[in-house]
Amino acid sequence: MWRDTVLVAGKDLRIEARSRVGMSQVAPFGVVALVLFAFALGPDRTTMAKGAPGLFWVAVLFCTVLAVQRSVSVESVDGARDGLRLSGLDPAGLFLGKAAAVAAQLVVLEVVLGVGVVLLFGAKVTVPWLIVVSSVLGTIGLAATGTLYGALSAGLRVRETLLPFLFLPIAAPVLLAGTRVWQAALVGGTPSDGSQWLRLLLVFDAIYVALGVVVYGPIQESA
Amino acid sequence: MALPNPSTPAVSFQNAVALSGRFPLLAGVDLEVAPGEAVLIEGPNGAGKTSLLRVCAGLVSLASGQVSVFGLDPAHQRNQVRRRIGMLSHASHLYDDLTVRENVRFGVRAAGAALDRVGPACDRLGLVGRLLRTPASKLSAGQRRRVALAILAARWPDLWLLDEPHAGLDASTRQTLDELVGEARASGVTVLLASHESEVVESLATRAVTVIGGRVTAERVLLGPQTRSGVGPSPLATPMLPTGVPGSLGVPATPVASGSSAASSAPKESAVHVA
Repeated sequence: MWRDTVLVAGKDLRIEARSRVGMSQVAPFGVVALVLFAFALGPDRTTMAKGAPGLFWVAVLFCTVLAVQRSVSVESVDGARDGLRLSGLDPAGLFLGKAAAVAAQLVVLEVVLGVGVVLLFGAKVTVPWLIVVSSVLGTIGLAATGTLYGALSAGLRVRETLLPFLFLPIAAPVLLAGTRVWQAALVGGTPSDGSQWLRLLLVFDAIYVALGVVVYGPIQESA
Repeated sequence: MALPNPSTPAVSFQNAVALSGRFPLLAGVDLEVAPGEAVLIEGPNGAGKTSLLRVCAGLVSLASGQVSVFGLDPAHQRNQVRRRIGMLSHASHLYDDLTVRENVRFGVRAAGAALDRVGPACDRLGLVGRLLRTPASKLSAGQRRRVALAILAARWPDLWLLDEPHAGLDASTRQTLDELVGEARASGVTVLLASHESEVVESLATRAVTVIGGRVTAERVLLGPQTRSGVGPSPLATPMLPTGVPGSLGVPATPVASGSSAASSAPKESAVHVA
């Protein structure tokens, strides 16, 4: 399974490095979203700093939709999805590989968006480790759910519109928990304020990674 | 490559029915293919030839009846079956952003096969030099098919499922494909070829099965694999047999006719109607 995970993740990341869709389209989209949020909140730096955690995670959520759609679409050309099925790859390895590739792209995007939040919203990080841990856990959760729901919508002609519809409500716990942890880390909270939300992220990750490992194969065969 | 057990049919269909919604893809197919046999599945467009191959590959499940591939159920033992089959279909299964070399290497590694045959397979299919570094998005349809064929040749699975194998190929590559099929058979590989142009591919097979309306309606015994007529020897012709199997270096192979003289006459055949 791990061999297949590495193989699939490497393939997806290589495709991403070649096409540069993530850095040339998805990351700029996220930055533009942050700028528009800043415009909407007005010039008051205090208001912007308070809203920064939520806006960061909303931007990450939108970028996740784009990254997952890209991950699905590369398998839609020239019967590539059938090729993957025919190769006999372990479905669990396939799921973990595709999720890992999405997660790697999200990490880069989060760094870009994190810098954007600091610069645009004047946010100050008071508990850095909370930011790092919550981002890692949130990324795993978003990549796992996105990959799972991406597979669900893969065989459908309306997948571009269906995926956000399916994915965004399911990802709401990540938005909520991530925002709360970032508030604790940015707006002068204490680590204990964020730790209970970290547990929620951990449970969310465990559920969706396990679910993906088990059901990705059957979903792929029926898509 | 695991050699098939000769006592188990390579492929067995028993009253196999497959549906797409309410539309029947297969309407009660009975077919048995022995290990090492090359069977041509012929019939008009929409007859169920591709569906038959896709059922073998576990890409389509049966609504009723039974199918087994090397004694395994493709619907429930998918990965075990798929590791032993290779399918050349209408789609090439390539990634546009990867180069030819990367696509071949990924296809071979994903199937769990060794990479040592990638180079010879690419050479054999004329995928050399700058072409190896070309992204698949820049390839013509015929070149894409050559890459798919290179993956199949590098993997060398036990069962080859070839759907309209000559479609989109130039004369030289058709010749190479024919030689590969001959070498595959010589090494014990089972081959199922689906084509509506049976005269083009029947020289590759020992038996032809006619499928119409999702049923096997007739079968013919063919003379056997020969190189197609009217095509000169391929400049790429280098034996692709894996080491340690009949036909490889130092191991006697079943001779496969090459050149045009042996194949200049149409294969003799006897018709046996089964339904």
